[in-house]
Amino acid sequence: MGGFESFLFSFFNPKVMATYLPMIAQGFGLTIVLALLIVVSGLISGLALAVLRSFGLRVLNWGIIFVVDLFRALPPLVIIVLLFFGLPAAGISISGFAATWLSLSLVLMAFAEEIFWAGITAVPKGQWEAARSTGLTFLQTLRMVVLPQALRITIPPLTNRTIAITKGTALGSVVGVAEILGAAQSGMAFSGNPSPLTLGAIAYLILFIPVVAFGRWVETRFAWKR
Amino acid sequence: MQDFIFAFLNLEIIRAAWPILWSGFLYTLGLSLITVPLGLMGGVALALLATSAPRPVRLVAAGWTDLFRAIPPLVLLVFLYAGLPFAGIDVGAWGAVAIGFLLNTGAYYGEVLRAGIESVPRGQMEAARSTGLSRGQALAHVVLPQAVRNVLPDLISNTLEVVKLTSIASVVALPELLFQARQAQSVTYNATPIVAAALAYFLLLWPLVRLVSKLENKAMAGR
Repeated sequence: MGGFESFLFSFFNPKVMATYLPMIAQGFGLTIVLALLIVVSGLISGLALAVLRSFGLRVLNWGIIFVVDLFRALPPLVIIVLLFFGLPAAGISISGFAATWLSLSLVLMAFAEEIFWAGITAVPKGQWEAARSTGLTFLQTLRMVVLPQALRITIPPLTNRTIAITKGTALGSVVGVAEILGAAQSGMAFSGNPSPLTLGAIAYLILFIPVVAFGRWVETRFAWKR
Repeated sequence: MQDFIFAFLNLEIIRAAWPILWSGFLYTLGLSLITVPLGLMGGVALALLATSAPRPVRLVAAGWTDLFRAIPPLVLLVFLYAGLPFAGIDVGAWGAVAIGFLLNTGAYYGEVLRAGIESVPRGQMEAARSTGLSRGQALAHVVLPQAVRNVLPDLISNTLEVVKLTSIASVVALPELLFQARQAQSVTYNATPIVAAALAYFLLLWPLVRLVSKLENKAMAGR
């Protein structure tokens, strides 16, 4: 075999690819499910924390800031390993899927809270005062006046952060989740050929290139003139 | 409570695992000191190509950036470490980490720096050129310093992410902090080393998180 042929045989082996395509496709589905779950729970809990923080209760806010700082400082893989290998020592066993979901949700929650909070504080004080003086309650003001303005400026940084964190689903392979990378690695181990890994890389590109392009579009669409 | 302390905050275990955890911590620091400059170098190159090169080159640079922003870094690392040897190219764990970080974090730094360069008004370049500076001099002395200042919060935030990302080197068995903690945990059957590693990451990176948070709030309030 020539050099190029052996390269094709290793990385683009049609037989191996056909065999492991269903497995990678399943991993593809699992990655999407995991990513969607993380986005939903991460963004909702992040927004909830930012709203709680706007009440201005000092002790509560210290708690929120600490939790946010904690999950911004810890590498996601460390949190996954801690939950997956550490929790059983406390008598709680969770699946690799649950550990990955929970870890990345906590990380996204922390980043989202920080971005939402920055958005809320960026709304001028006069908006609060004017809304309150018309007789709106605190929560009504937050919901109908402040958040709509705040959310608009948070969209670009939030989109990019969310994309970066959902790519972390690949870390699930370390704790045995058969998402794309996990499936591709098993395929490589079974077949002794790296073609499943090529398939996996292609699957990630199919999934994330549109998402990255979308993030770029959002950035220009919602850009604020400086 | 007693059980909890025994399983997660066990001082005996900390004492026994200390040397290996400490070596892991130093390894993580060293890894960061290598990967951050590598990523920055790749980023500066990409940003310059994406802003100042002829149009076809600019398009290639943009495509390259999107490609490596779309592939999860762990996938890239596994491909370099476990896939390439099949093509007769064995770069080893160190090589895989160095190349992977150059490509991945280079793309992220490149995107940040490109935005910075584009935020500097064109008149700056023209004025610098008209005083007799060459293109390279104008870039180095006039445009880049302003570009970096404009995107400093994003640069620092990205650097924080790079340091956190070094933890994936544990997957290719480089003896950094997370890897050593996992080793200690599997030897002692106790979760304390991982808790200690998490604590070490937190103490190392908390100041940086505070700084980034302050800068980001300021940037958003200024819009």
